[in-house]
Amino acid sequence: MTEWFSEFADRFYRNFIKEDRWQYITDGLLVTIQITVFAVILGVVIGFLVAIIRSTHDKTGKLKIANVICRLYLTVIRGTPVVVQLLIIYYGIFASVTIDKMIVAVIAFGINSGAYVAEIVRSGIMSIDKGQFEAGRSLGFNYAQTMIYIIIPQAFKNVLPALGNELIVLLKETSVSGYIAMEDLTKGGDIIRSRTYDAMMPLLAVAAIYLTVVIILEFLVGKLERRLRNSDH
Amino acid sequence: MKISKVICGVLASAMVLAFAGCGKSEKTTLVMATNAEFPPYEYRDGDKIVGIDAEIAKAVADDMGLELVIEDMAFDSIIAAVQSGKADIGVAGMTVSEDRLASVNFSDPYTTAAQVVIVKEGSAIASPADLTGKKVGVQLGTTGDIYAGDIEDASVERFNKGFEAVQSLLQDKIDAVIIDREPAKVFISENEGLIILDEEYTIEDYAIAISKDNTELLEKVNASLAKLKESGRLQEIIDKYITAE
Repeated sequence: MTEWFSEFADRFYRNFIKEDRWQYITDGLLVTIQITVFAVILGVVIGFLVAIIRSTHDKTGKLKIANVICRLYLTVIRGTPVVVQLLIIYYGIFASVTIDKMIVAVIAFGINSGAYVAEIVRSGIMSIDKGQFEAGRSLGFNYAQTMIYIIIPQAFKNVLPALGNELIVLLKETSVSGYIAMEDLTKGGDIIRSRTYDAMMPLLAVAAIYLTVVIILEFLVGKLERRLRNSDH
Repeated sequence: MKISKVICGVLASAMVLAFAGCGKSEKTTLVMATNAEFPPYEYRDGDKIVGIDAEIAKAVADDMGLELVIEDMAFDSIIAAVQSGKADIGVAGMTVSEDRLASVNFSDPYTTAAQVVIVKEGSAIASPADLTGKKVGVQLGTTGDIYAGDIEDASVERFNKGFEAVQSLLQDKIDAVIIDREPAKVFISENEGLIILDEEYTIEDYAIAISKDNTELLEKVNASLAKLKESGRLQEIIDKYITAE
């Protein structure tokens, strides 16, 4: 037992303490969180815009061209892997431009996430009873006002669990940003792995940190859900 | 009762065979520990392990009149295998370092490997000293990656693959790439406008690891290596895998 412990302590020392290797993990976590936060904001903005255009078209038949563009966006983005999109944006679209890789990652993950958010929000809007819409209109609200003050708030509450899900998926998807030589949490673990040739410990540490962050996110989303449900009574 | 007797018998004969095997291996075989994932030094070709190290070890074994047995294992357990006597020699493109010298002895170096700097033609970087404060691309986990940390103020970008670092250099995303000489030659031959700086970033000696308890073997291996160097056989093997400049 003591032998096992001293070996464990030795491995722990080599993987995390020696040459301040723990900094790869903490710096990486910071990068992961930065990418996720900004990509979520971009994704939600894109997602709501696309969802409103799509559901307006479904309800009223207007915005035909915008609807076609949105559908094309959804098909292309949902039909290709995010890591391929990231590489295309970095080595293709920004090939001759000097640009901060953080911006590249936020754009790539934001655009990707936006496609999924769009369909989640659209399903929320479509789930609201037609009577709500008619009630809004008969109160004298125009289309946009009905959408903003009556439909979207109710839809948002309905889709919150699905949005929380998308947030968690996005956080974990950022683990491919190492492909453009960004040092996120996963890459931090990989760097340690390449130095110590120890696979288990850095990977377990990385996994545990992702799990912890996800648990915190789940807690926060749950809290928001309960807060929004207060209006039910 | 009968069954246990049979088992005893099998075990006993297995032990006899095992001991016989041990005795045999000390006399007629030379066990080489390596990690066959490092071309062109050692890699698998079909079910055989080939490469510069494998052939040099074979030549050394032939010279000593022994049969070479290659054991493929994780890189970080090679030293332990040599120390414990599970292997006689460790040959795996291993650089002589102080850390390793604390555990094992090393033979005379049999070849050198260099980390070189690739830059774009017309770059302001003319020697490794100019890398200060620049963006340097490396391949994760390579010697270049470890040593690039020593450059003052430079930001090191670690790519999963060597060619991705080169691609980023072509797009001016980074200023230079530090990588092993052999892949570097391939990269500049395939991409126009790239050059390798004349001055190497580092030069490392590759040598054979041998247990500290076995100085007799160390002397024999050194003697064999000297013979191979003199006869030109050593260079022949290296040239076979690495195209000479």
